[in-house]
Amino acid sequence: MIQDQTQELNVNQESKTETQQAGKSNQSQGYNPVADETIAIEVEKLNLFYGDKQALFDIDLEIPEKKVTAFIGPSGCGKSTLLRCFNRMNDLVDIARTEGQIRLDNENIYGKGVDVAELRRKVGMVFQKPNPFPKSIYENVAYGLRLQGINKRRVLDEVVEWALKGAALWDEVKDRLHENALGMSGGQQQRLCIARAIAVQPEVLLLDEPASALDPISTLKIEELINELKNDYTIVIVTHNMQQAARVSDYTAFMYMGDMVEFDNTDKIFTNPEKKKTEDYITGRYG
Amino acid sequence: MMDNEHLGTHISKQFNADLENLREEVLAMGGIVEEQITLALDAFTNNDSDMADKVIANEKTVNAKEMKIDEACTKVLAKRQPAAGDLRLIVTILKTITDLERMGDEAEKVARMAKAIANKEAAPAHVKLHYGALLHLGNHVKKMLHDALDAFARMDVDSAVNVAKLDNQADEEYNAISRQLITYMMEEPRRISEVLDFMWSARALERIGDHANNICEYVVYLVQGEDVRHKSWDEMQRLAKDE
Repeated sequence: MIQDQTQELNVNQESKTETQQAGKSNQSQGYNPVADETIAIEVEKLNLFYGDKQALFDIDLEIPEKKVTAFIGPSGCGKSTLLRCFNRMNDLVDIARTEGQIRLDNENIYGKGVDVAELRRKVGMVFQKPNPFPKSIYENVAYGLRLQGINKRRVLDEVVEWALKGAALWDEVKDRLHENALGMSGGQQQRLCIARAIAVQPEVLLLDEPASALDPISTLKIEELINELKNDYTIVIVTHNMQQAARVSDYTAFMYMGDMVEFDNTDKIFTNPEKKKTEDYITGRYG
Repeated sequence: MMDNEHLGTHISKQFNADLENLREEVLAMGGIVEEQITLALDAFTNNDSDMADKVIANEKTVNAKEMKIDEACTKVLAKRQPAAGDLRLIVTILKTITDLERMGDEAEKVARMAKAIANKEAAPAHVKLHYGALLHLGNHVKKMLHDALDAFARMDVDSAVNVAKLDNQADEEYNAISRQLITYMMEEPRRISEVLDFMWSARALERIGDHANNICEYVVYLVQGEDVRHKSWDEMQRLAKDE
């Protein structure tokens, strides 16, 4: 199995230029799947390097507002790296260097004088493993507000209830708000992390494999939640679970070895993708 | 774009095998239906009621095949959640076997009419006059089915489009036969019941052509992802060629 994958990688190295060319020909046809959407995030000619190694190649992408956009692709294809660019989490990696632009509200988030803390308030993130603070449920949700200097009990109470309701968790925890969050189940912890993220009223929610550590029922609850959250937020989700991408997203981007191979309506990607590479990946074939 | 080379390249060998088996089952079912049409036509032209009985009995085999393939498709959907070309293949198979089963029903109808006519003391001479036309139509739609299955097996859009064109010819032949028979019925009203049996047979054969045409449309969907149902032939050709 491991040998197969290595071979596959080698073959794919060789055909890389082919993929890039294919990507360009698609653009030249002028087809834009999000032509009718309001755009929340615009990515233009984004290149990212980890030291000498380039991880993202000339990414051009428009992420529509109040829709769910899924990034799929094999491990190491750059989908998480790209996701982390949207709130500059890659700044935390010393050797990471970025070229190109990402515009949120018509402002390049990599421009000079950007307040990264404010950016991360506007672009919230939830990770693969639930990571609540070892504090009470209440304090977890209130944390972001306290950071902003909001300490009024009445305001906090209101926001905590609102955020927990928004994360479909309120009914399960309303009687034990002051118990330690680490005593909750994995699925509840993950929804708590979503509540914590939405408490500061972001515009965009980045979800990095939000359900991969959860059981199927908790996974469905998270998916259901994503469906509700998209009424208010722009959501970008990275997932290895292709059925999940098919179920929850409106648009899907398939990435491969740092390239954006195909970006289209999710329905199109999963019934009749344009590129053979995309088809091979979503149908479980050798490259 | 879906092609044969592509089909057997899943990481899961079991998935490859499942899809390949399904395809073979569809072709086997198609083979039985072809045979049914041949036998029904023979029963007709030879006034052979034993052969007609055979066709009527074999219809159960066709039905059983349909149910078996249906179940296998359901299992693939449940276990593999196929996407893209694989999904289109399963959808195509599910639809194709419905049409094949209906063709089986039509062949059975022809056999029943053949039996009814054969059981008459002597087949009326006037009906025999039209055997040639009926046989011609029968062979025409049988070839359509054969070529449609071939296009499915080879995932060949061009052949599928060509077969679809043959359906017009089948319709014309059917219309010619019914015009002749209507004229005859006006002249010989006492013979209407026998002539109607004959007319229903021609109608059944014409329907077989329509079903073969449907299979060709599914092949275009399978390969190109374009739904060409309820489109003119020109439109179908254009969409099928769309790269």
